[in-house]
Amino acid sequence: MHLFNELTNYQQPSEEGYYGQYGGAYIPEMLYSNVETLKNQYLQIMDDPAFKAEVAALLKDYVGRPTPLFYAERLSAEIGAKIYLKREDLCHTGAHKINNTIGQIILAQRLGKKKIIAETGAGQHGVATATVCALKGMECVVYMGEKDIERQAPNVARMKMLGAKVVPAVSGSKTLKDATNEAIRAWINEPDTTHYIIGSVVGPHPYPDMVARFQSVISAEMRTQLEEVTGSPLPTHVVACVGGGSNAAGAFYHYLNEPTVELVAVEAAGHGVHSGMSAATTQLGSTGILHGSKSIVMQTKDGQVVEPHSISAGLDYPGIGPLHAFLYASKRGTFMSATDEAALKWAFHLSEIEGIIPALETAHAFAVLPEMNLKPTDVVIVCLSGRGDKDLATYMQAMDLK
Amino acid sequence: MSRLTELFEQKNKRVLNVYCTAGYPQLNSTLEVMGSLQKNGADIIELGMPYSDPLADGEVIQSSSLVALNNGMTIDTLFDQLATMRTSIYIPVVLMGYMNPILQYGFENFCIKAKSLGVDGLILPDMPLYEFEQIYGKIIQDNGLDFIFLVTPETPETRLRKLDALSSGFLYAVSSSATTGTDKDFSKVAVYLERLKSMQLKNPFLVGFGIKDKASFDAVNIFANGAIIGSAYIQALSKGNNVETTTKTFLERVLSN
Repeated sequence: MHLFNELTNYQQPSEEGYYGQYGGAYIPEMLYSNVETLKNQYLQIMDDPAFKAEVAALLKDYVGRPTPLFYAERLSAEIGAKIYLKREDLCHTGAHKINNTIGQIILAQRLGKKKIIAETGAGQHGVATATVCALKGMECVVYMGEKDIERQAPNVARMKMLGAKVVPAVSGSKTLKDATNEAIRAWINEPDTTHYIIGSVVGPHPYPDMVARFQSVISAEMRTQLEEVTGSPLPTHVVACVGGGSNAAGAFYHYLNEPTVELVAVEAAGHGVHSGMSAATTQLGSTGILHGSKSIVMQTKDGQVVEPHSISAGLDYPGIGPLHAFLYASKRGTFMSATDEAALKWAFHLSEIEGIIPALETAHAFAVLPEMNLKPTDVVIVCLSGRGDKDLATYMQAMDLK
Repeated sequence: MSRLTELFEQKNKRVLNVYCTAGYPQLNSTLEVMGSLQKNGADIIELGMPYSDPLADGEVIQSSSLVALNNGMTIDTLFDQLATMRTSIYIPVVLMGYMNPILQYGFENFCIKAKSLGVDGLILPDMPLYEFEQIYGKIIQDNGLDFIFLVTPETPETRLRKLDALSSGFLYAVSSSATTGTDKDFSKVAVYLERLKSMQLKNPFLVGFGIKDKASFDAVNIFANGAIIGSAYIQALSKGNNVETTTKTFLERVLSN
């Protein structure tokens, strides 16, 4: 299987990490040395046959890949199109995040690093990082917004059980944005021995490209699996939720240069795109710099980053990866959004008609299906990025209100 | 000749650059703080433009930025406050900030306005060298502003020489790879500063990050042309009731013999 495929335009940022006008590495000099080392070595390391074999073996035997491509019969009948679910929720630890952490932990070992730091929103990336650190015997510190620590208690407990130290980010909005700031600062203070595992396709170059490549296993498998079932590797649509955009990048990756495949990214509209309580970055944002790259950022007219809102901690982010900003600006991607309410409704609906309880983040992707004007001949793959166990408290609250 | 160049021609030892956050502690404290710094012995004022996500700054400066933002500080407001700056402030003033707010303001307009108000230079820690060479360096230069790059102990020599060549006014030597406001072991820093001194750079260099009192100021001045104090002064301001008294006490201690 071609894990790290040959690259063409949409998959290949420029030497300086730009997708069109988005990307780059807007970092203080204190991070230059680390980021430069990573930039000079990541492609070479990822291309090494021994590295590929080690990653592939762990993805198979530890993560449980390939994850199934499941034909959702009742959902298909209801929507009026053929809907397949890429079951990333069946990955070890319950989400796609581990595809990236497996790759980065082995890469960190090759770089001679002893300690791992990470940021997390919903806690899925934190758990995936803590897991691979336990597996490889590396010290692990996870930065998490104080507010997210409260709303994602089970994942906090999991990280601690896996031996990670969870440090609350108390600055700003106390969510993912601030956890990322804290993680970057921690990296600045300890650059020699530490590797920072960013969980999404954000951050300074080469992170967006590197994370997209590690996640690209999702669409590599989709192609093979869909071809086995339908005779063609190409669906008509791929749908994924987008916060920073890692599961979407992975699900889109091997279709980026297939113009017949419509790539649908679903952002979190919160209480409604224009409610003032939203995280729909492409709809509300403008070109700006956040966490080391130029992208689309939710900000005031004075260039201060604003606090987003989403019911799902994983989508509660005021930026979007530079690849996605480019997909939006170039119109290669179709950007839609789903409200908190619609996501909650679809979390219950999917549970009821397919027997799968999705993560709140993932539920956003399903919520747009009825609005896509799909035809019976359409073949749609929805990236089921994570399972809903971590959101049970929110789901239980919703059931009480029903 | 720029005010910075002129300063270093007259004084190339123990130059003291003090950082303060615009709009802190009160929205209208900016000029009062700058005046106090000048009066009590600062040679350069580094005026921070508050940003919501200041990656290179530690807790102390970030919280002062948050206070300033909550006070209502913006680039427009700051420029209004600085309109009369040069009637009372005669020492060099450099603006420190992050790229995003300046890009939203308009980079060229920002440089034009800053220059017209008597600002001497810019420190933008997240300005990439690549973007500086491609786009921004020329705009800064065309507007007669100095630009000060940061260098660290990990900056490779060829890069360091390039950053020195592209900087003017002075070079900002970060004492070690760390955010602002972290404590340092200055015996280790000395090796790095000695190396910097032996490189015969084009620019004088000031050491920043971890300079907080007389001892640390004296320690780095063995090799450097001076130092930058930030977090320690902000902390003093946060505890003091009166800007002038606080500044006088703080700088007297740092500069005492």
